[in-house]
Amino acid sequence: MERRLVSGDEAVAAAAFDGGVHLGTGYPGTPSTEILENFSRLGGRAQWAPNEKVALEVGLGAAYGGARALVTMKHVGVNVAADPLFTAAYTGVSGSLVVVSADDPGMASSQNEQDNRHYAVAAGLPMLEPSDSQEAYDLALVAFELSERFKLPVILRMTTRVCHGKSIVQRRAAVTAKAPAFERDIAGRVMIPAYARPAHRKLRAKLAELQAFAEATPLNVRVDADRKLGIVTAGVTARHAREAVPGASFLELKTVYPLPLEKIRAFAGSVERCLVVEEGDPFLADLLRAAGIAVESKPEPFRFGELDVARVRRIVTGDTSPEPVLPKGKPPMLCEACPYHPVYGALRKHDCIVAGDIGCYTLGVLPPYQGMDTCVAMGASLGVGLGLRHVLPEKDAKRVVSIIGDSTFIHTGVNGLIEMAYNPPATGHVLIVLDNGTTAMTGQQEHPGTGRTLEHEQTGKVSIEGLGRAVGLKNVDVVDPVADPGGFEKLLVDRLSRPELSMIVARRPCILAAADIRKYEKAIADQCGACAGPADA
Amino acid sequence: MPSHVVNVVVAGLGGQGAIKASDILADVAFRAGLDVKKAEVHGMSQRGGSVTSDVRFGPHVESPMIAPGEADFLVVLAPSEVEVTRPLLKAGGVLIPPDLVDEKALPNRKSLNVALLGALSRHLDLPEALWLEAVKAALPPQLHAVNEKAFQLGRDAAVRTK
Repeated sequence: MERRLVSGDEAVAAAAFDGGVHLGTGYPGTPSTEILENFSRLGGRAQWAPNEKVALEVGLGAAYGGARALVTMKHVGVNVAADPLFTAAYTGVSGSLVVVSADDPGMASSQNEQDNRHYAVAAGLPMLEPSDSQEAYDLALVAFELSERFKLPVILRMTTRVCHGKSIVQRRAAVTAKAPAFERDIAGRVMIPAYARPAHRKLRAKLAELQAFAEATPLNVRVDADRKLGIVTAGVTARHAREAVPGASFLELKTVYPLPLEKIRAFAGSVERCLVVEEGDPFLADLLRAAGIAVESKPEPFRFGELDVARVRRIVTGDTSPEPVLPKGKPPMLCEACPYHPVYGALRKHDCIVAGDIGCYTLGVLPPYQGMDTCVAMGASLGVGLGLRHVLPEKDAKRVVSIIGDSTFIHTGVNGLIEMAYNPPATGHVLIVLDNGTTAMTGQQEHPGTGRTLEHEQTGKVSIEGLGRAVGLKNVDVVDPVADPGGFEKLLVDRLSRPELSMIVARRPCILAAADIRKYEKAIADQCGACAGPADA
Repeated sequence: MPSHVVNVVVAGLGGQGAIKASDILADVAFRAGLDVKKAEVHGMSQRGGSVTSDVRFGPHVESPMIAPGEADFLVVLAPSEVEVTRPLLKAGGVLIPPDLVDEKALPNRKSLNVALLGALSRHLDLPEALWLEAVKAALPPQLHAVNEKAFQLGRDAAVRTK
């Protein structure tokens, strides 16, 4: 196979394809999105799920059925998928299941910089972490093999610089995975307490075997050089560290969990100073200290943000003097022709209290609108808006609006919609769904509301306003805020004045996606014409 | 061919082709048989904000990122980004600013990224033929002629200012 310069995301996609993965699923989220897109481009079967929990469940079902499944998400997506993830560790799998957690230290495009290595310990699942694209390819393949061998889901943890960084990858010959087949295993798969108790013990036994694997595998690279300084490290940080202190001794971990504790103990004992260099939380350092291995951890300022060669040098020398602050560049903004400008204009004019959500429309928080008062998690605008309505004095409660994008609404806004119908505030509530017909923020992916698949082909279309009507909201309206900004504003004012439940769908295609959307729709129309004759007489 | 690692930062605003330019540069180094690593941040930067992309190449590259003050070359596509990104350049590093190339002379304003690569190419020990191959590989056929011309404009401009 030829060598190519590819991103870590492309490398994982190639590994999934070469490893014979039957099904890839996930929800778009920077920096993980390109994995499934590239898997599809290579010819793999890839699909977007409404959210990460559903994606993991689909992947789990596929792996129960003996398939090789890949599930991708960003770090905060694992929070959404955590419920099935923890119990999937008990049930295990028949085929193999690899879950990619793409973390975002430094928050290039995220609401927090949680360190998902903690999930491996908390759920009891093996975790591998690559430091560049070649390792992303190799470790993804190892992850499928380990999952099959130990009958457990495996987490492949990546970070922004590995996902989006490019380096040279040499692929291997593709293999064909075992064909899916159902094997009944009621006690192994149905987690009632009587079956779950032994399943937990079985999980711990598997983890003990995995620890033995981690001790022996050549994946964890030990380099014996200068005895004065030994560095234990993992992920892309290993690449920074090797460059920052090329003469030091190194133990570069690829199995982040379970850890090869005895290998590390021996390494630490062989050097005068053993320093753990890691991005994010002191995850490795804490585990090693708990195991009685004397290691030095980084100073607290290096918990925050990404590391690079210069910051690793500071960690090594213990330099905690103030770091240089770079001038701020231009922040991202709502596109000049974004259809949401009239919406934010109206919200500001009427001094609304805005419970916001996650997507490019979150940029409405910046001047000139400062049009958002809260933004916490995917789908949170509904619950937060309702909570505010429940407790605020009436004159303020009446100003509260929940605002959410189309893809985010489908993701987890629907749950809040049901809450809205079930526990309506005394003042009613106004929900605005900003429907630009795409998952814009992450690069214009399809979702169930667009009625097109990941590959932009026709499929079942979920109606956003239909969901509003289905739960019994009193007022459901669809408006184009660009074609009729005055009409939008009038409607908003009217709905705010009523103690009723209202949904306003502000529908207008994303300016960046509009041309592509027209192209996809034309392709679908042409295809329908070709196979079924004229659809309408 | 360079015997040490060369650090190039390409900077601009979202939509200007900074990432495309860095992809082309990385591809040239790759075609020259060098080790290459590249790092950038997408996502929010798609919305017109500042974008920087780090390209590193040489016999062996470890980290994909260029620490502030360690860039050998800084290629900047937007006038507003020159001062913002200047601290990335090392002492004695080379700045390739957007006004190096006369924008009016460009056959297409969108090809400023390739024109500035032309200027950069004068400073790097990489064969000219590989640059043209990489430019063509990165762009659709209808843009090849325009961008070849832009590349030459940049190359000529760099000679004049050297």
